Amino acid sequence: MTAIDSRTGETSGAAKWLLIFAGVGALVALLGAAFAHDTPFQTACFIGLSAFILGAAILTIGIANNSFRIDQTYYQDGVIRAGVIASLFWGVVGMLVGVVIASQLAWPSLFYIPGQEWLNFGRIRPVHTSAVIFAFGGNVLLATSFYVVQRTCKARLFGDMLPWFVFWGYQLFIVLAATGYVTGVTQGKEYAEPEWYTDLWLTIVWVAYLIVFLGTLWKRKEPHIYVANWFFLAFIVTIAVLHITNNLAMPVSLLGSKSYGAFAGVQESLIQWWYGHNAVGFFLTVPFLAIMYYFIPKRAERPIYSYQLSIIHFWALSFIYIWAGPHHLLYTALPQWAQTLGVTFSIMLWMPSWGGMINGLMTLSGAWDKLRTDPVIRMMVMALAFYGMSTFEGPVLAIREVNALSHYTDWTIGHVHSGALGWVGFISFGALYCMVPWLWKKKAMYSNALIEWHFWIATIGILLYIVSMWVSGITEGLMWREYTRQGFLAHTFVESVSAKHIEYVVRMFGGLLYLSGVLIMVFNVWKTIRSPQLSITTSTTPTIISPTGNAATATVLPAATA
Amino acid sequence: MSGFHGRLERHSMLLLIAIAVAVSIGGLIEIAPLFFIENTIEKVHGVRPYTPLELAGRNIYVREGCYLCHSQMIRPLRDEVERYGHYSLAAESMYDHPFQWGSKRIGPDLARVGGKYSDAWHVQHLKDPRSLVPESLMPPYRSLSETALSYDDIADHLAALKKVGVPYTADQIANAKADLQAQDDQTASPTGLRKRYGDKVIQRNYGGDPDRITEMDALVAYLQMLGGLVDFNTYKADAPANRR
Repeated sequence: MTAIDSRTGETSGAAKWLLIFAGVGALVALLGAAFAHDTPFQTACFIGLSAFILGAAILTIGIANNSFRIDQTYYQDGVIRAGVIASLFWGVVGMLVGVVIASQLAWPSLFYIPGQEWLNFGRIRPVHTSAVIFAFGGNVLLATSFYVVQRTCKARLFGDMLPWFVFWGYQLFIVLAATGYVTGVTQGKEYAEPEWYTDLWLTIVWVAYLIVFLGTLWKRKEPHIYVANWFFLAFIVTIAVLHITNNLAMPVSLLGSKSYGAFAGVQESLIQWWYGHNAVGFFLTVPFLAIMYYFIPKRAERPIYSYQLSIIHFWALSFIYIWAGPHHLLYTALPQWAQTLGVTFSIMLWMPSWGGMINGLMTLSGAWDKLRTDPVIRMMVMALAFYGMSTFEGPVLAIREVNALSHYTDWTIGHVHSGALGWVGFISFGALYCMVPWLWKKKAMYSNALIEWHFWIATIGILLYIVSMWVSGITEGLMWREYTRQGFLAHTFVESVSAKHIEYVVRMFGGLLYLSGVLIMVFNVWKTIRSPQLSITTSTTPTIISPTGNAATATVLPAATA
Repeated sequence: MSGFHGRLERHSMLLLIAIAVAVSIGGLIEIAPLFFIENTIEKVHGVRPYTPLELAGRNIYVREGCYLCHSQMIRPLRDEVERYGHYSLAAESMYDHPFQWGSKRIGPDLARVGGKYSDAWHVQHLKDPRSLVPESLMPPYRSLSETALSYDDIADHLAALKKVGVPYTADQIANAKADLQAQDDQTASPTGLRKRYGDKVIQRNYGGDPDRITEMDALVAYLQMLGGLVDFNTYKADAPANRR
C-alpha cells in the first residue's frame, strides 16, 4: 500500500500466455488468409494476422526486457488512459461519418460518387451506428467500468495483463466490423451487422471482459458491491446473452465471409428487436447509469439521493426492459399478443427510467449552485434531462396509435438521437472530463471555458437535430396518410421526400455542431495531457460514496501508473 | 428488503445469477412461443424458397444495405394497403435469412415492388436514380451491371440455408448453378427450373446484357419477384387460423 516506486512488483505471468494466444491467433489468421474463398474474408484475415503479429512482437520485447510488472498496490490505470483516447478517436470518426451520411441525404447529387459503391449510404450508415455505439460508447464503457470497479472495490484490476487484451481485442473487433461494412460484409440486421467470424472474436473478448470485471469484484476490499457495479455487471452479462443468441448463424464456408442466420422471418424479427432494443437498454442505458452513479456523486461531492430507489429501479429496469422489443414491430406480421406485451412493458418502462433520472438529479440536492460554476456537472445534468425526455418519448412512441404515424419516419431517428447525443454523449463527456485530470494527474482540465463552449455548441446541435427530425418525421407521416376529398391518396411517396429537404439540411448542421463540440473537447484533452503534472495527488483522492448513502472519505490506493 | 438485497450486494455470483434470471424471463415468454404456436405463420399457397438467381440478388440487396432505407413490411393500415398492396404476411418471409422488414422508409416500401416497373426501369434507376426520379435520395449503383455475378459456390449457399431450415431439395441444390444460369436466359429450356421452383418462376434476361450474368441481373430478378408469391385468391384473411 505504501509503495511509491512504480518499478517494483512481480513479473507478469499472463504475458507468456498472451504470447502463445497471439501466436496461435496469427497461425489461424495466416491459414485463413491463404485459403480464403472471398476477398473480404482474406482482408479480415490479414487484419487479424497483422494485429496478432504486432501483439506478439510487443509481448516478446516486453517479456525480454522484463518490463511487464504487476504491482497490486497500484491501480491499473494505463488501460483506462488508452480507453479515454480510443473513445475520443472513435467518437470523432463515428460522428464525422454521421455528418457525411446526413449530407448524402441532404444533397444526394453532391455526396455520392458514382462507381464508388463503398461510400454509399447503405454501406457507411452501419459504420456510423457501430462507430458511435460500439466504438465510442464501448470504449467509454471499458474505460469507466475499469476505473469505477477498481476505485469502488479498492483493488487492482484482476487478470494481470488481461485488461489490455480486452482493450486491444475490442479495437480489433471494431476494425474488423468497419472494414467489413465498407466491403459489403454484413448480416443485414441493424446493430448486429458484423459477420460470424467478427461475432466470434467479440465473444472471446467479451468473456475476457467478464472475467476481468468479476475477478476484480472478487478481490474487493469493500464488503458491499457498489451500485454502479451492479449496472456494469448487468450490462456485461446481458449483452453476452443478446449477442450470442441473435448472432447464431451457419457460415456458407468456414473460409468465407457469408453466413445465414439460424432464425428466419417472424421469429427472427422478434429475436432481432429483442436484441436491438436491449442494445439500447443494456448497452446505451444500464452501463451509462453506472457512470451516473459514480461520477455525479463524485463530481458534486454529494451522496446518492436514495439507496432504496437505486435498488428498485435497478431491478425494475433489468426485468422490464427485456420485454420491450416488440414495440419495433407494431402492425407488422408479428402476432398480436406479442405486440401487446411489448407495448405494455414499454409503457411500464417509463417508471424505472425516471427512477434513475430522479436518483441522479436529486443527488445534486444542496449542490445545485454547481450548475452555474461547473460546466461538467451541467453536462451530466443535461444528460439526465435528455434521458428523462427520451425515456418519456419512448413509451409514447410505443403506443399503437402514435406508432402508426411515427413508425418508418424520421421521428424515430430524432428519438434515437435525443437519447444518443443528449444522454449517452453528454454523460460520457462528463465522465471523460472528470477522468482526464485524475488519470493524468493534473489539477484540472486545461480550459474550463472550452468546456463551456463544448456544452453550448453541442446543446444547440442536439436541439437542431431533434427538432428538425420531429418536423420532418411528422410531416412525412401525415403526408403518407393524407387523402383528398375524393378519397384518393393525396401525395406520392416522393413528394414526402422532397418536402423534407430543409429539415435534412438543418439536421446535418446540428450534427456538424455536435461534432465541432467534440473536436473542441479533443483539443482540450490534448492540452490537459500536455500540461505539467501535479506533484502531489491529494486533489485527486477519490471520495467513495458508500451504498448506505453516506459520503465517506476512504483511504485509497495511490492513483499511479503501473 | 435490504436484508435480502444485502446478500446480493455481498456476493457477486448471487448478483450475477439474479441478474441473469431477471433478464431472461421476458425474452423467454415472448420469443419461445413463436416457435410452437401453430398460427404464428399463416397457411398460404405459393410461398417457396428463393431460386438461386433470386437468392444471389437478395444477397446483393443485403450487402448494399438496402434495408436501411426500404422496408419490406406493409402494415394493415388503409393508406399503406392502397399505396403498396395487400398487407404483408408472416408467411411471406418464412424463408428469409435474414428478414428484411426494415425500420425506416427513406425510400418507399418494397414488399410488393415486383412487377410494378419494367426491368429496364430498374436497371436505369439503379444506375442513376435521379435520371428517373429527380427528387430521389438514393445512391447510384453503377457498377452492378459491370460486375460479373459470383455464383460458383451458389450450391453451398442453398446447402447452408437447408441447414437452418429452408426446405431446399437435394435436386435443387445439385442443379443450383444450372438453374441460376437458366433463369437469366429466356432462350434456355424452362423445364428443369419450373419443375424445381414452380410454373410462376419468371425466366428472362433481367439486366439487359444477354452475354453474361451480372450482379444487376440477380438484383433485378430479386426485386421483380418481391411480393408476388402468395396466391391471394385462395387466402382467407378472416379464417380463424389466419387471425392472430
